Amino acid sequence: MHFEYNIISGDFSNAGSASSQIKKVLKQLNVDSVTIKRIVVALYEAEVNVVAHSFGGTIFAEITEEEIILILKDTGPGIPDISRAMQEGYSTASPQVREMGFGAGMGLPNIKKNADKLEIKSEVGVGTEVKIMVKLS
Amino acid sequence: MDKQYFHHALKISEPNCIGCTHCIKVCPTEAIRVKNGKAHLFENRCVDCGECFRVCPVNAIYVDHDDFNQIFNYKYRIALVPGVLIGQFPENISTQQIYSVLVEIGFTHVFEIEHTVDILLEARNDFKIKNPDAKPLISTFCPAVVRLIQVKFPALVDNLILLKSPLDIAALYYKKLLTEQGIDENEIGLFYITPCAAKIAAVKSPVGEDKSEITGVINLDFIYNKIYKSIKQTGKDYCAVAQKDELDSKGILWSLTNGEKDNSLGRALAIDEIHNVIDFLEKIESEEISDIDFLELRACDESCAGGVLTSGNRFLTVERMKKRAKSAEDNQNAESCISKELAKYKNYLIDNMNVSKIMPRSMLKLDENMSEAIKKMGKMREIMDYLPKTDCGMCGASTCQTLAEDIVMKRADITDCVFIQRIMEQKGSMSLNEAVAKMKRIWGDKFNTK
Repeated sequence: MHFEYNIISGDFSNAGSASSQIKKVLKQLNVDSVTIKRIVVALYEAEVNVVAHSFGGTIFAEITEEEIILILKDTGPGIPDISRAMQEGYSTASPQVREMGFGAGMGLPNIKKNADKLEIKSEVGVGTEVKIMVKLS
Repeated sequence: MDKQYFHHALKISEPNCIGCTHCIKVCPTEAIRVKNGKAHLFENRCVDCGECFRVCPVNAIYVDHDDFNQIFNYKYRIALVPGVLIGQFPENISTQQIYSVLVEIGFTHVFEIEHTVDILLEARNDFKIKNPDAKPLISTFCPAVVRLIQVKFPALVDNLILLKSPLDIAALYYKKLLTEQGIDENEIGLFYITPCAAKIAAVKSPVGEDKSEITGVINLDFIYNKIYKSIKQTGKDYCAVAQKDELDSKGILWSLTNGEKDNSLGRALAIDEIHNVIDFLEKIESEEISDIDFLELRACDESCAGGVLTSGNRFLTVERMKKRAKSAEDNQNAESCISKELAKYKNYLIDNMNVSKIMPRSMLKLDENMSEAIKKMGKMREIMDYLPKTDCGMCGASTCQTLAEDIVMKRADITDCVFIQRIMEQKGSMSLNEAVAKMKRIWGDKFNTK
């Protein structure tokens, strides 16, 4: 089953709407609550990243009996050093973003912690593609 | 074990129900549908919040309580009173007068349940130390919220504080107090005067306990009328029993918004009104909000002062209760008799305060089997493409989404939708008579030609 959601750059007030819709779907599919929580936490972090850093993007969600694959594709500055971005506490977020309670530099590590598989492809000046996989059964 | 059916205090009176869409529209758990011109409740989904009760234009939704006269089956008749009862009356009626009338109408003892909150707070601190990973801890004070979490936020059941409510602690205390005086347990009747439907459901089918200590539950509006009538008839100054007003300000404010929050350690938040609670729990569940230690969540606006069975205006109730709390603070002398008495039983009460694990009972799943659930979800999305998304309620469900779900769950048919009917009529695949017959099945006699 396939779902798609648009993410608008800088729209923090709506960051989280895709993850809450996905959450509802997963509850309806009788996925256990611990797994749902992992998926939603990972997706929310990823969604906020796109809102905060990119020019906008799309979430593609593919759900099968075995797994959920979430691909967040954005156009934007890209990540110059992915391994550094994976370190806890490393953040390039602006002071304004931090003031809103985002940008603590825990995003990617937290996604990795909650996902079964995380792949990041990024091209500086073009955009980033984050692929999150979580097993459902 | 998860029971299949739950006691619900909210009932729909079929003769009174006129079959409209008010209740189906406000239900936060989509628990009501209209069939045959009458509202029907899905018992497993209802959390007894009372939103339907508030909006029903013909009072067809009522709260089923116990017969008042059953108190006389007991030699010792204890009125367990919530602090908000006093807040219903104008300020020129004193707490003592209200107590006196409760005795006059038949109770032998009157006890305000919030006397027990100090003991509860002590047990809570202990619970917090023993459960350092549960963050935020969520209060179980409001039974509608507990049920809401069970059906809608199953991932959060482990955050609930598994301790008895002030009411249950009060019942436990009073029973112990009297039996230690040599009174036979069977002669004791413990009656709770309830400001809401959810508390009745909590007594009749408790969550996390096998059986409640409470003998019966009487609606607050019923008692309010009885008290007011008596005061009006006998004159204002009448006072049958002299009883000191001893509840402290913490107890008085407990059932109001912030009552628990102001007494909790760490970062605490108080949220009232069920839709606010739902919005907040959504964010907690996704960890959009973290670093909160304690959540006080109440289903009613202004908490218990806004309970569906209260008679007074909730803002005036809050005002009166705050004044009472202020005066209790100003007159605070030595320890009150009641708190001294309670202190003797503290260890007993703390030892008996735990409730067992609260189980989730998610209402959202389309099927136990995930591959079936995925099929149903796919079908639902397909159906949504055909439905008008007007959420008009003419099919008897609150929204098109709810109808789509009912269709895949085989509780409804796509031809229940008036838009689909018109399109089918136009295409010649449904006759006008068939369409009217359809509507009759949903809206009953309203479709009789006069």
